Amino acid sequence: MSTSSNTTHGHDHHDESHGSFKSYMIGFVLSVVLTVIPFWLVMGDVLDSKAMVLAIVFGLGAIQMLVHIYYFLHVTSKAEEGWLAMSTIFTILLVVIVMAGSIWVMFHLKENMMPSHDQIEAVRQLP
Amino acid sequence: MMTTQTSPEAIDFYVRETHHDGEEHHHEPGTLLGFWIYLMSDCLIFGTLFATYAVLGRNFAAGPSPADLFEIDMILVSTFMLLFSSITYGFSVLRMHKGDLRGTQLWLIVTGLFGLAFLGLEIKEFTHLWHVGATPMASAFLSSFYTLVGTHGLHVTAGCIWLFVLLAQLQIHGITRENKRRVMCLSMFWHFLDLIWIGVFSFVYLAGVTV
Repeated sequence: MSTSSNTTHGHDHHDESHGSFKSYMIGFVLSVVLTVIPFWLVMGDVLDSKAMVLAIVFGLGAIQMLVHIYYFLHVTSKAEEGWLAMSTIFTILLVVIVMAGSIWVMFHLKENMMPSHDQIEAVRQLP
Repeated sequence: MMTTQTSPEAIDFYVRETHHDGEEHHHEPGTLLGFWIYLMSDCLIFGTLFATYAVLGRNFAAGPSPADLFEIDMILVSTFMLLFSSITYGFSVLRMHKGDLRGTQLWLIVTGLFGLAFLGLEIKEFTHLWHVGATPMASAFLSSFYTLVGTHGLHVTAGCIWLFVLLAQLQIHGITRENKRRVMCLSMFWHFLDLIWIGVFSFVYLAGVTV
């Protein structure tokens, strides 16, 4: 895409690393759509099922992150000989382990601690 | 067996790397990848803060809940401030690769203004929350909220300072190889912060007022 002197001496792969007007606009339009839908769902009280709203908000959020990674941050399998994509995948793996692990462990701990008033009463009335 | 002979390709590579570096836009040795690895370590920081918020975010200690506090329409405005700043930064990078110094600086200034608008809205929100008694001391929810959103806000502040320093560097030195590298590093930083904000508005604000 670049019209400056960069392309005259080869190294064409480098041009992909800073994108083009078209790729930035595609990323921008996709991001606007993926931002407006979740806000509209929550602000307009469109759906009755809260679980459904949450699933859509998180799903579209995850897709928008991928859009940013691809169209704005230009992480592709070829950039920096693949190390960019490698380190990204590794980090995503670590973040997923930390998030899912924390939620899993902490919410199970909660179940084993400090029973609520109702539970205490229920146990008290056992024969 | 030749042992000390350097191959013609290696000489060619060496010559190209050392003599035409200002012109040829070569592969920056490691800087962009290194900066990316820093961003990934930052991503881990945000990952742990998100996990903390996920664990503590529903412990209100009889204090206010997200539905009582958050104004989603203002969050929509600040989300678009960051989104606009992302695309204008992209325009700046495109102008830079065309060798257009004025265009680069102009789009950088627009980006900086959007960034400052985002920060202004965040400061307004925080002071409002503080005035209604929703301080970090009020509950575990608010402690983890201020830590997560505040850390993101500090990053945007640092990004704005970097952006205005970069404007000065561009003014003094023009579009040199060093400045190109700096602009590309800040580009990654800036888009990365927008990416983190997607997590914040989905997870903290939208999910917070829904549940």
